Amino acid sequence: MIPELGHFAAILGLASAIGIVATGIWGALHTNESWVEMSIRLTKLQFGALAIAFLLLILCFLQDDFSVLYVANNSNTELPWYYKVSGTWGAHEGSFLLWTLVTASWTLAVALRSKNLPLDLHGYVLGTMGILNVAFLLFLLASSNPFERLVPNVPFQGADLNPILQDPGQVIHPPMLYIGYIGFAVAFSFGVAALCTGKLDSAWARWTRSWVNMAWGFLTIGIALGSWWAYYELGWGGWWFWDPVENASFMPWLSGIALIHSLAATEKRGAFKNWTILLALLTFSMCLVGAFLVRSGVLTSVHAFAVDPQRGLFLLGILVAVVGGALYLYFVRASTIQSRIQYWGMSREILILINNALLVVAVITIMLGTLYPLGYEWFTDGEKLSVGGPYFNRIFLPLMIVLAFFLALAPISQWKNTPMLLIKRSSILLAGSAVVALVLPWILWKSLNFGVTCAIALALWIVTTHFKALWRQRKSLTLGYLGMVVAHVGFAIAISGVAVTSAFSHEQAARMQPGESLVLNENTFELVDVGQTQAPNYTADRAHFRINGNRNMFPERRNYPLRQTITTEAAITPGLFRDLYISLGNPIENGSWGVRVQEKPLVRWIWLGAFVMALAAMVACLDKRYKRLAKRDVLKSVAQA
Amino acid sequence: MKAVRRRRMLILAFLFCGGSVTVALAVVALQQYINHFYLPHEILDGTAPIDRQIRAGGMVVHESVVYEAEGLMTTFELSDLKGSTFSVRYEGLLPSLFREGQGAIVIGILNERKTFIANEVLAKHDENYVPPELKDLHEANDP
Repeated sequence: MIPELGHFAAILGLASAIGIVATGIWGALHTNESWVEMSIRLTKLQFGALAIAFLLLILCFLQDDFSVLYVANNSNTELPWYYKVSGTWGAHEGSFLLWTLVTASWTLAVALRSKNLPLDLHGYVLGTMGILNVAFLLFLLASSNPFERLVPNVPFQGADLNPILQDPGQVIHPPMLYIGYIGFAVAFSFGVAALCTGKLDSAWARWTRSWVNMAWGFLTIGIALGSWWAYYELGWGGWWFWDPVENASFMPWLSGIALIHSLAATEKRGAFKNWTILLALLTFSMCLVGAFLVRSGVLTSVHAFAVDPQRGLFLLGILVAVVGGALYLYFVRASTIQSRIQYWGMSREILILINNALLVVAVITIMLGTLYPLGYEWFTDGEKLSVGGPYFNRIFLPLMIVLAFFLALAPISQWKNTPMLLIKRSSILLAGSAVVALVLPWILWKSLNFGVTCAIALALWIVTTHFKALWRQRKSLTLGYLGMVVAHVGFAIAISGVAVTSAFSHEQAARMQPGESLVLNENTFELVDVGQTQAPNYTADRAHFRINGNRNMFPERRNYPLRQTITTEAAITPGLFRDLYISLGNPIENGSWGVRVQEKPLVRWIWLGAFVMALAAMVACLDKRYKRLAKRDVLKSVAQA
Repeated sequence: MKAVRRRRMLILAFLFCGGSVTVALAVVALQQYINHFYLPHEILDGTAPIDRQIRAGGMVVHESVVYEAEGLMTTFELSDLKGSTFSVRYEGLLPSLFREGQGAIVIGILNERKTFIANEVLAKHDENYVPPELKDLHEANDP
């Protein structure tokens, strides 16, 4: 009964989504308030229906209802309750139901928070969000129904959740990621609405900005959690693999940064209007490309879901329709929108242009590396190849160094034009930072590296120019400005972490017997013994390591019998300045084990930087300016009418 | 108006040139870092190049995994189960899902004696997942 109710609720969600599209667009075309009101009411219904569907699926998991195919494939009576709950979004069908629920939530948020929007804009935004969810829900119901029954042969026991997903990081990683992805659907809808109405003023940019900041903040958290999870759960100590699916989340993240910045120029100066809209459309398109890559089975990846060609085709259809439709609209309507402003030299506009150009180049090269194997296979009729991580590093890292250089100038720069004197003054700070960056690695890690010195010099320069600006602004500080400073400092933290971890990590793999020791960069790792341990759904070999004679670490090698899966559960001693990391490999002969020990300096700074950036994006949304000016915008539009 | 249009054309031309140069450079860079994939019979019949970084894959032959007396040097054989088998040498920790009778992918170089010197070994990560490169092999074996 419960699965049928859930299925029904999902269908109700689809019906209300269709209603949102019809009423929203009708209301916008005729600037009719009651139709738009109806559309707003329907977003509540859509949200309620999909929330109920999702809760009912969770209930199926909690009740171990193995008559539901999806539950039987992804759960088990031995699973702790919290992993039963998170199993709901552990595989394709359930996670896509969550995806539609997130879409409904954003739609509801837009409906309720945008009372001040002009009527037609509001109607088009809701209508566009509705169209997206109609497509998603059709896909869900037609090819990925999570409520499908497995009758008459109901299994007594489920197949268990994939063990590498039985982890707290994995519980929150997908929801955060989806909230981020679909947050960009709001920007997309605002872009479509601006094209439809032809209204693209600074008020439009202001409305869009906080949504984009929110979406980007969530996406940042989602990606950082995913990277952190890969670091401790996959057992290799890597935190980024340039895996196609990681790239799929990284591309909208990068173009989201570009969008945030070009929106700022559009709001403050009315600059780059066309470009901003195009970015808004493309950023969400890239989220859809990501969804397609992950869910269609065209890619080899740790993250890819089960393979089903029919699904891939359906998703490709959605992708082509949404992206194609939006781009068509863009090329037909964009010429009606004009920005006529002037700027010179190292003005803030130019800096934002440089930021956008660098990020777009980064996105293009990552996309090329990600899609090239697919294209190659297509054209050569099945010949396979892969693009190695070095390609991405080779292109991406220099771009980020250049980006960091210009980023440091951000708080010094002014709209229209920046006096050369200010830039010259800040170069003294750069010189100081460079000297520190030459000495510091030598003191801390007894080594020098060109990349590290570049990264630390620029990071220090960013921090000093930003804090100097913050100090100067202290009397009239807005949350928007604070957000900018904090986000840029977060970026500086992250690039320092990336550079130092990549250059100065130590690693050694060895065969060890109990009683033996291994020395890695002044730390002694002694293998004391290897024992056995047990949990309801796995058994494990558990090694006992003693570090420098006082600290204990216990890496495990777990065997999940139901899935015949073995996982490496690394032991990590975290630290702000360095992590110690031990993975237990396979048993070799007569009691010896393969073991890998690593020391990873500043690895935490990567995620710390990401969380600081995400926090900053959220802080900037709270700027009172948005509220105050929203009121003024309303008065203005009333006066015009 | 004319000046505005000319400026816009200039910007467009600039963007177009910049974009194509970027893509061209990226494609050139890409060529250096591409790893082609080869099946066991291609490794043996000389299709696979010698002394270049490549990927290869196959099923790990039963009882072929041998550890050397000291250190982590491991030897094993990969087969297409249709008569082509080549041996792999790898120094390091094998992935946790590496098992005899299962598919594995190796990245490294092939030497003159057709021994694959791997610097990375990948195994499937759960029982439903088959590396796409090995899908044809798996389907040929499953009745």
